[in-house]
Amino acid sequence: MFDLRAVSRHYPVSEGGLARRALLRAVESVDLAIHRGETLAVVGESGCGKSTLARLLLRLEPPTQGIIRYEGEDLWQSDRAAVRRFRRQVQMVFQDPYASLNPRMRVSSIVGEGMAIHRLATGVARRDRVEELLRQVGLSPEVATGYPHQFSGGQRQRIGIARALAVDPTVLVADEPVSALDVSVQAQILNLLQDLKRDRGLTYVFISHDLRVVEYMADRVAVMYLGRVVELSPAAALYEEPLHPYARALLAAVPAADPARRSVSRPLEGDVPSPLDPPSGCAFHPRCSEMMPRCRREQPELTHRARDRSVACHLYDLCGA
Amino acid sequence: MAEELLRLERLRVVFPFPRGELAGVRDVGLVLQGGEAVGVVGESGCGKSLTALAILGLVPPPGRIAAGEVRLGGRVVNRLSPAELRSIRGREVGMVFQEPMTSLNPVFTVGYQLAEAITAHRRLSAAEVRRRCIELLGEVGVPAPEARLRAYPGQLSGGLRQRVMIAISIACGPRLLVADEPTTALDVTIQAQIMALLARLRRERGMALLLISHDLGLVAQNVDRVLVMYAGYVVEESSTHALFDSPLHPYTRGLMESIPGVKGGGHEHRLRAIPGIVPHPSQVPEGCPFRERCSEAVGECALAVPALEEKRHQHRARCIRVVTNV
Repeated sequence: MFDLRAVSRHYPVSEGGLARRALLRAVESVDLAIHRGETLAVVGESGCGKSTLARLLLRLEPPTQGIIRYEGEDLWQSDRAAVRRFRRQVQMVFQDPYASLNPRMRVSSIVGEGMAIHRLATGVARRDRVEELLRQVGLSPEVATGYPHQFSGGQRQRIGIARALAVDPTVLVADEPVSALDVSVQAQILNLLQDLKRDRGLTYVFISHDLRVVEYMADRVAVMYLGRVVELSPAAALYEEPLHPYARALLAAVPAADPARRSVSRPLEGDVPSPLDPPSGCAFHPRCSEMMPRCRREQPELTHRARDRSVACHLYDLCGA
Repeated sequence: MAEELLRLERLRVVFPFPRGELAGVRDVGLVLQGGEAVGVVGESGCGKSLTALAILGLVPPPGRIAAGEVRLGGRVVNRLSPAELRSIRGREVGMVFQEPMTSLNPVFTVGYQLAEAITAHRRLSAAEVRRRCIELLGEVGVPAPEARLRAYPGQLSGGLRQRVMIAISIACGPRLLVADEPTTALDVTIQAQIMALLARLRRERGMALLLISHDLGLVAQNVDRVLVMYAGYVVEESSTHALFDSPLHPYTRGLMESIPGVKGGGHEHRLRAIPGIVPHPSQVPEGCPFRERCSEAVGECALAVPALEEKRHQHRARCIRVVTNV
């Protein structure tokens, strides 16, 4: 569906004085393919570039370098009709169900707006379709006449999902869709997303910092650190045995909800370095327990290492795999 | 057994509401011994943060403690004057909040705020204060502590800010640290660092910890005993091991099954979500507060609020459907 080749997104930022211009490398040389029908999760800590990647996939901003193809076509070279088709086929679900719904619009208009823009349905047909969508996301059709503030966070997130589904998309890009919700409600939304995917054959790009949620949702996982994908693996394999030292540390840091399995590993030291001034060589080397001299100098490339698994780490050069 | 440090008894915290009063905390009891680590878990609105504030006499007005007692080191906190309260805060009990950016003052340096905490209960010379500041920042793992004294909170990362906050809260050597979601605003690798720091401080200083969190994993890893709260009530209390081995209350079980990876991983199985939403304090049902979302509720559940009873050895639950088997 999507094919990203050496995609970077840089932002110029002024730092301190007038003359000092720095470059924030939010996303750096990312190669990534997203297949039809899969759930690809993008995980990482704040500042790793996962949300910028989502914005690039949604064509909300152009890449500074590289090419993003959707169904074979360069997103930024395609004609208006193709862009319009893209805008319908690729929809998004936002993190904050409070900020992403217009408080002055009725739910019926929020959900129906996309159908109006893409001229998919009008009048009674649109109203029926809105009610049908609300039912599909587990809300009663009466919700249509209400305003967003009348609903709880979970209900609003359902409204946001109904809005995304209204134009019959093929891809949903969800950026932290359950982070703002209580855990008991979070489970309802995750189940709903799984059901919708199965029923409609959707492709998901699931952006999250929550590794437990990702394990539940994802078929494949891209682990990002300081703008780069450092590991790309099937979810089951990643959780079984993470290859990249950062992926390993990240998974080890998730507290297991089991007092019999108390973590014994030493936590990762230090903070995530500033993306304005990333470390030389492998960006992870200052925090890495396996650091070798060459990690300071050479940037490891994301390389295919095992069945369906790619890692950007010099450790695996040694094994000659 | 160690001495009793903190005791909450039938604590009730209310706020005025157009129609009468709204209870944020309805019935919370808790005993914490010296050196012990106890967790309080629950979702937003369950009353866990309000309970923490009540311990320090910090319930925001017009809210007030309407009933019950908070006993800290033998004194009843909710009957103390503001001056007496100040003499307790920091010295007897320290507090760490969720977002260090909002609990640190952005216009004062780290050194100034730390010095303020150090001299709150003691008079020391300037040189001595400076020495203590550097020592404390070193103790909480702030690199290059001397240089950080002149930094403003905004110049520090989230993890460093929380370390500074912890340094401030332990400056007067409290025997109890109340930490309300101390890592919720932080990334998971930084969370692991902060929790390791709290564990080390506890060990080295023999300090007790009351950890307030919505994260069952965090609680499982860091405390000896857990209280589960729902709608202002403690609904279950036991050792951490017993709680995760055999949760008794339907809410606790639902909570565990709604978190991916807690009971079985992967997406082959569905999450068992709890239906409905956490009720607003004005809409908590009569009788058992959880009954409207509970799959095991029967008619009798509507009659009265169940008592928090010992159902297993040292394992208490507030549910009439759980058979007692002590």
